[in-house]
This record gives sequence, C-alpha cells and structure tokens, in this order.
Amino acid sequence: MLLIHCPYCDKELPELEFAYAGEAHIARPVDPSALSDDEWRDFLFIRSNPRGTHFERWRHIHGCGRFFNAARDTVTDKFLTTYPAGEARPDISKLTGSKA
Amino acid sequence: MVEITRLPEEARFSFRVAAGGVAAASKAFGVDLPTTIGGMAANGSRRALCLGPDEWQLDAAASERDAVVAAFAGIYADTPHSLVEVTDREFTYQISGEQAEELLTVGVPRDMALVTVGSGTRTLFDTVPAILVREADNRFTLSVWRSFAPHAEELLHIANKEFAAGL
Repeated sequence: MLLIHCPYCDKELPELEFAYAGEAHIARPVDPSALSDDEWRDFLFIRSNPRGTHFERWRHIHGCGRFFNAARDTVTDKFLTTYPAGEARPDISKLTGSKA
Repeated sequence: MVEITRLPEEARFSFRVAAGGVAAASKAFGVDLPTTIGGMAANGSRRALCLGPDEWQLDAAASERDAVVAAFAGIYADTPHSLVEVTDREFTYQISGEQAEELLTVGVPRDMALVTVGSGTRTLFDTVPAILVREADNRFTLSVWRSFAPHAEELLHIANKEFAAGL
C-alpha cells in the first residue's frame, strides 16, 4: 500500500484514507463566456497525462478532509512531495535531482 | 479477549470555525481547542478533539447539551461558526483489553503507533468511516455512523472470537 504524507496532518498515512482528485493547478477561466468552444473543451477535458512527474490533487477524505497537491512519478508511482492546496508548483529539478 | 461495549449516548457536536475564532470558541466551550490535528483537550465532562485544520468534535455530558448550544449562540454575532449536534449520528464502541490494539488492526489501515494515548483521528474501520480515540494504552473508542454500525460491530466480534480461539 502507498503511504502518502498529508501536509495538514503531517503524517505518513495509508492510501486507503485518501481519494485522488485529478490534475492540479488547473484554474477555472475567470470569464468562461469569452472562451471559444475549443478553449472551453481544453479546460474541461484536456489533461497533460505525462510519463514522469505529475502534479495532482488528492483529498484526505477519511482524515482531515482537506484537498492538497502532490507531485508523483507516474512511472515509479513514488510521491516526490506533497504540499497544501494554493501553494505554487514546486521546482521539479530540485525534487528529482535532474533536469526535467 | 477484548471487551467490546457500546457506550451510552452523550452530547456530541461537529464544530467548524476559522482560525481567527478559535480563541472565542475555546472561551465559550470552556476547553482550549487543540490546533494540531488529532489533538484532544478536556475539562470536566467536556472534551474537544481536533479532526481537521478548522474542524473539531465537541463532546459533553447529555445534561450540558443546552448549555453548550446557548454558549455558542452567544458568540455567533462576533465569531461566525458552524455548530451541529450529531449525537444521534454515531454509535460509540469502547474496545478495551490487552489485545485491543491488535483487534483494531483488523479494520484500521493506519499504523496504530501513530495513534498515541490521548489523541484521536478520523480514519477507516474496514470500509466504514470512523473516529478512533485512544483513551489509554489498551483502551480505545471507535465511533461509526449508525447505519454502518452492524457491520463494524459484527466484524469486531468475529475478530474477537478468532483471538479467543487462538487464531
């Protein structure tokens, strides 16, 4: 079982307590009616789906209840870091020790 | 063998307030609300358990229910908050005995070493959302929503029988 570090509880806790919530850092457009259909489709459905480091949202639903962000490697399934929602994306090169 | 008993219902509240209102709420409740998640503080029969960054479970004796509601109503104008009585929502089981910790590992995925004496947390028991409190080294309380209680209770008793049989 994966152990996930909850930035609010500050503990390594089992994956069962958490729920995955999609890609992180996708801001809803401020004025949706100004967008073209294609731009709106991109916002709603088009995700990066990378091979490697992925920034994603998780929710500690059976715990503190909070959403937070995580950087996870989609190949090794290892969590590089987790950080509270609202914080800026951390520097990938520092996390992996190599150029991303 | 582990003793599993359902505790009588006392007053139980779900309480949420922004960080700025913690001091006023502590004064109204008469207990300093803990601000670390999992932290617990008590004063007489009143007890506060921190479940999330802005969420607490407040316990009180059944006779103090109205007093708690009135005290929080008094600070509502200056400290907006949410106080919901959830006494009836959950059944609380006390699990005590030498193997209490081992019995709970049947359903709790969390490392039990993280649940220290005098702390509590929301977690899972099997598939059931539960609030687990470690009252003493070998004594826990487990609160589960009443609709899930038959399943949780049954599972506790099955595991207990297996322990008794030496499995």
